[in-house]
Amino acid sequence: MLIKRRNFLQIGSLASASLMLPKLLKAFENPNLIKVPQGNKVLIVLQFNGGNDGLNTVVPISNDIYYKLRPKIAIDKSKALGLTDEVGLHPSLTALKELYNNGELSILNNVGYDNPDRSHFRSMDIWQTASKSNETWQTGWLGRYLDTQCANCDKPTQALELDDTLSLAMKGAKQKALALKDPKKLFAQSQEKYLKTLAAAHHHQDHEKPVDYLYKTMAETISSAEYIYKQSNIRPSLASYPNTELAKSFKTISSLVLSDVNTKVYYVSLGSFDTHVNQENTQQRLFNELNGAVDAFVKDMKANGRFEDILLMTFSEFGRRVGQNASGGTDHGTANNMFLMSGALKQKGLLNPMADLSNLIDGDLRYQVDFKSVYATVLRKWLGANDAEILGRQYDYLSFV
Amino acid sequence: MPISNETKNFHFLQRAGFGVNTNMLTTLAEVNTKELVKKNISAAQEPPVYLDKVNNSIKEMITNRQEDAKMKGEELGKNLKKELTAQEKRQIQVQSREDLKNLNLLWLDTMVKDAAPLREKMALFWHGHFASRQINVYYQQLLLHEIRKNAVGNFGDLLKAVSKSASMLSFLNNQQNRKLKPNENFAREVMELFTLGRGNYTEIDIKEAARAFTGWGFRLDGSFVFRQALHDDGVKTIFGKTGNFTGDDVLEMLLQNPQTAIHITEKIYRFFVNDVIDVKQVKYLADKFYKSNYNITTLLTEIFNSQWFYEAKNMGCIIKSPVALLVGIRKLLPMEIENPQIQLLLQRALGQTLFYPPNVAGWPGGEAWIDSSSLMLRLRLPQYIKDDDSIAIAVKTDDDVQMGMMENQQLNKPKIGKNYGGNQIRANVNWETFAAQFDKVPREALYTTLEKVVIPTKASPINANAVQAQANAGTRLSYIQSITIALMCTPEYQLS
Repeated sequence: MLIKRRNFLQIGSLASASLMLPKLLKAFENPNLIKVPQGNKVLIVLQFNGGNDGLNTVVPISNDIYYKLRPKIAIDKSKALGLTDEVGLHPSLTALKELYNNGELSILNNVGYDNPDRSHFRSMDIWQTASKSNETWQTGWLGRYLDTQCANCDKPTQALELDDTLSLAMKGAKQKALALKDPKKLFAQSQEKYLKTLAAAHHHQDHEKPVDYLYKTMAETISSAEYIYKQSNIRPSLASYPNTELAKSFKTISSLVLSDVNTKVYYVSLGSFDTHVNQENTQQRLFNELNGAVDAFVKDMKANGRFEDILLMTFSEFGRRVGQNASGGTDHGTANNMFLMSGALKQKGLLNPMADLSNLIDGDLRYQVDFKSVYATVLRKWLGANDAEILGRQYDYLSFV
Repeated sequence: MPISNETKNFHFLQRAGFGVNTNMLTTLAEVNTKELVKKNISAAQEPPVYLDKVNNSIKEMITNRQEDAKMKGEELGKNLKKELTAQEKRQIQVQSREDLKNLNLLWLDTMVKDAAPLREKMALFWHGHFASRQINVYYQQLLLHEIRKNAVGNFGDLLKAVSKSASMLSFLNNQQNRKLKPNENFAREVMELFTLGRGNYTEIDIKEAARAFTGWGFRLDGSFVFRQALHDDGVKTIFGKTGNFTGDDVLEMLLQNPQTAIHITEKIYRFFVNDVIDVKQVKYLADKFYKSNYNITTLLTEIFNSQWFYEAKNMGCIIKSPVALLVGIRKLLPMEIENPQIQLLLQRALGQTLFYPPNVAGWPGGEAWIDSSSLMLRLRLPQYIKDDDSIAIAVKTDDDVQMGMMENQQLNKPKIGKNYGGNQIRANVNWETFAAQFDKVPREALYTTLEKVVIPTKASPINANAVQAQANAGTRLSYIQSITIALMCTPEYQLS
């Protein structure tokens, strides 16, 4: 007999109502029930904290203005990993160069927003909430994605952040993602007998009060921590990854993807890219970490035939100023580039022209692509979600997926 | 079931402050609630002690500049940018970062120990309402003092003081708001967040009001200055009125609008009474508030003397902010913290660091405090305090605070939380003093008593069996200790 999932969930919810365990997660606990087939698309958002210097990431290797304004820190044409006559990648990004050669990397230049803000926290707020720069929103774009996905609970989804604390991007009005650095650690923390006893015994009232919300969150955490930990052990990634924080996070993501955890969105950060001084060393060190992690992850996904299901997107709260400063670094700027990596790109390579360095605003790049358009594209075309509802407005779609 | 006098007093002290001091835990049954309210309100009206943690090097820099200017016969602050060299500005930034930590901890201590907790609780409210995230510690300190000084005073005075503070003028870019080159940031936030609330003004009102605020700036020493030459003294039309309005005129217009009283009252109601607004009660309160010419004490007195404030539905329904939680723990359990900086790590990990609001709208509060990771930390926190356990938490980097200085720290690969005094809470709780409060309580009544003082206002019955299963019944002291910690590790303890 074929039981539709929706029916099962209703039955399941009756059975567990007194425990206040979230219906969907409770259902997940039976691994036979939901088997995510290959083709389950996953979005990984990689945040570069601190404002990565885009011009030394995707380098305009034939641009005299670039070399003139950055006599000390410009990346030499001979060292950059040439993509075209005009464009090269930072020398550390060898894995990305390979992806580019394979048609598995897209580069979007000059991404930003109107009236850019140069404060880290404010600009990060704008990127994470997807608000305009004169608006203050309290929920994140991926949190609101969770809100809409779980409103009808047709496609149960989860979003995970590989960290100890949860970013605003992952907080919705009703749903919030789960933050965990390591499934095992969260599992150990949440399985304390005392907490489980308290959670199991709480009878929630019909009218949801704050106390019920606390118990609900507690029960959800216990339940999801257990589910994720157990699932991640079904098919742990056996590939070898470098011994860095970021690579560890990517290995965890790999184990979860390969184990068919029902997670659509992963969020992970790298930093700090705030290179006011001594930029060269900092960026190189961070890019080495990035390159190693991406390299291992992509190989792992390809070996398992899953790279077509992955979209890895990078962003930073702003780029940096075009001219170098007096300390061998750069100060806070505006528009920046984004990387999009996937085995299923529809538009590959350099998606738009490099910044016009002869046409700056007060020494800063002009933005050409609203980052919300990137979000809209990802939400609609990759995750199949209602982007206008989530973003509050209709933005133009791009064609990379 | 009628609510006891004792419960009412606990409720009042939790909401109008941060809970009950250890030595008062078993003394509240006989206290008259109205008297208690009166006493707390008059204490809050006493002028506060100035909290000063600004390093002398910053003060000297400012004084020297003032004297230089005096000698040259110049008006200080006419050209702020030229007064400090880039290196001096950098120096202030670096020093501010340290001093802000100290100011944070000093204010936290004040919340724990001060004889006027209502003033500090109200100041905490205003600190979120007039949220300013500005790196200069001196300006932050001046703003904090204005907020504490006017915490239960007149809202109009407070609004004007904040609007003319260096911290807010700088944070909302009013130094850049000039005739012919208006910057609307301040005008927008003053309407949207500080007074009317969204939807009660037009974009034209903002544009025109921004012109009225042109020329408002501050001097290096933080004092307000009106720069006539930068002011647009032309005719403006704001809220349908036309005239050569100044910034002061705009603030007056905002105060004359009863919507300001409604907006502020709603926010105060949600902070002190219930996240879910009772429209009738708010309307009544807003009316009183407006008619009192925005007397904050009048508003608070109405709330705390009302019947409905002490109704069961208004008890145990507010999720404690991280700061209220930390202060409450320190009030309940007498303790010395060997590494006070750990409190900064806890604030960050729990999502509320004093002087670093997430944005100009302040902390959203309510359920926004809680996600799976923040809740897990809250539920384990008392255990960490008891056992000096390491907190296995890495907080996110904050580049506004680090200002590109992370590099040096990362190269040294410090242990997590090094800047926060380690990642262990080294607190010496004086359990003997705590236990002594219950000397007269017979053993069989100990659990009930402890439950009553640790979680006096419950939204739902505590699972006593589960809590008692955590008991260490070895000695009376170990029993009290284990039950207290177990109670503090419940979801109910997160509420007040």
